[in-house]
Amino acid sequence: MSGLHQILVWIGEITGIIVVFGSCFALTTIAERKILGRMQNRFGPNRVGPWGLLQPLADGLKMITKEDIVPFSADKTLHFLAPLVLTVPIWLAFAVLPFGRNMSAIDLDAGILFFFAIGSASELAVFMAGWSSQNKYSLVGAMRAIAQMISYEVPLVLSTVPVLMLAGSLSLNDIVAAQGTHTYLGLACWNVFTPWGLAGFLLFLIAATAESNRSPFDLPEGESEIIAGFLTEYSGFKYALFFLGEYLGLFAMTGMAVTLFLGGWHAPFSWLEWVPSWLWFGVKFGALIFLFIWVRATLPRLRLDQLLNFSWRFLVPLCLINLLVAAVWFWTRGWNSVPALLIRWLLGAAFIVLPWHWLGQALRGPLPPPRKYTYAE
Amino acid sequence: MLNEFAFLLCAALTLAGAVAAMTLRNLVHCALCAAGAFAGLAALYLQLDAQFVGFAQFLVYVGAIAILIVFTVLLTRGAEIRPGESTASPAPWMGLLVGVLVLACLIGSIVASPGLFRVPSQTARASVQQIGEQLMNQYVLPLETIGLLLTAALLGAVVIALREPPDK
Repeated sequence: MSGLHQILVWIGEITGIIVVFGSCFALTTIAERKILGRMQNRFGPNRVGPWGLLQPLADGLKMITKEDIVPFSADKTLHFLAPLVLTVPIWLAFAVLPFGRNMSAIDLDAGILFFFAIGSASELAVFMAGWSSQNKYSLVGAMRAIAQMISYEVPLVLSTVPVLMLAGSLSLNDIVAAQGTHTYLGLACWNVFTPWGLAGFLLFLIAATAESNRSPFDLPEGESEIIAGFLTEYSGFKYALFFLGEYLGLFAMTGMAVTLFLGGWHAPFSWLEWVPSWLWFGVKFGALIFLFIWVRATLPRLRLDQLLNFSWRFLVPLCLINLLVAAVWFWTRGWNSVPALLIRWLLGAAFIVLPWHWLGQALRGPLPPPRKYTYAE
Repeated sequence: MLNEFAFLLCAALTLAGAVAAMTLRNLVHCALCAAGAFAGLAALYLQLDAQFVGFAQFLVYVGAIAILIVFTVLLTRGAEIRPGESTASPAPWMGLLVGVLVLACLIGSIVASPGLFRVPSQTARASVQQIGEQLMNQYVLPLETIGLLLTAALLGAVVIALREPPDK
């Protein structure tokens, strides 16, 4: 392959990712507002274009033409850099996701490590935004965001470990290939169809919701408490960049969940493999995005102590137990008759469901003693 | 050509970040510049085809250590150094001593390594799988020891932080 050809291929890949996920961002904003409206018995945006479909365009134009206000006492450089530091690495994360058969931009040997390494830059960006604004709400929001991101990064990474262990690789293409076999009636062997995979999938989704600061974990931007958290002093295009970064982070996490647990671009049944692979990826991706919107419309926001306790006292122990379940599943891989398969499943389920129940009870336990206020009384 | 340019870019980022981290007057700026230096170092590892080390460097140093430094700065005292204060350490010769010792260790081990004057017969490329196998077979005892040490440090930190005021 000549050098020029290689460069053209790279440009094609980059443009594809930017165009597809850029339009995904626009579509998701309008879909989210419409679906939230439907679930809360109202119309949602319905003024711009047919059924309000051109609303993202109007929002974009408004964001670009708005005045960019930088607070007088703000740290100008960091205030300017923060949205870039948040948005640029997240675009990079899409480079390793396999969107279809032979459709990943680069196949890294340590793809999943790259994904999480790139994702960790967003914590620094959030801190830069909160600290440089010189606003107490911004700083409180940033501290909340960082505490939340650090706490939930542990279960996020731990819940993916069983997948890596059983696929025997850190490369996302190998992980998708490991889920490409079929069993009874042509049912695909996705990771989510195993006890550890199902538990890991749920744990990953919860942690991903928290990592992308979405309701019910949207404390960093809790409007009723701290205005808009670290976004308080941002307006216009910089605010739009933060918004873009947040949604792209959600998309990357969703793509990762599809790749790790839902078989990537594989069809659910072997007799459905004729449907294009990227379409399967898109369908699973859309379904998960809808799930995130549904959760946002349903659950109220957590308190900060509930949030941190939930991660350290519930998710992290469950993720560790899930490693054990994966090990049991691996050791009993020779049990292929139907009753043995049933026992295997029951064993795995018992390992997960009982601790789930006990940890949940412990979490609900006696309330902490009432807080003593030193200066407020 | 392109490779040299990339190396110069990464090296410049690392050095500039490190120098800025030592000289800037605002501690938060220093911490962020240090994070930039860590990222440059990760890029240098990647340029040497050490994917695992590069990503691990980025994940641990930029994702965790930089955040830890920033938290420490914010929780202990104001980030500004007052105008009259000097940014230099009160005991510069200590820093010099440590620096010289580290440099001597590095030079010693590089000179002692047998691969120094030998042209590598093939491009060494450690895959993640090779690193994992080495860690779990040959180096499993050091790995476990480090794990134990880190756990002990974690427990120690919790014990220090847990000191509750005596009940009245």
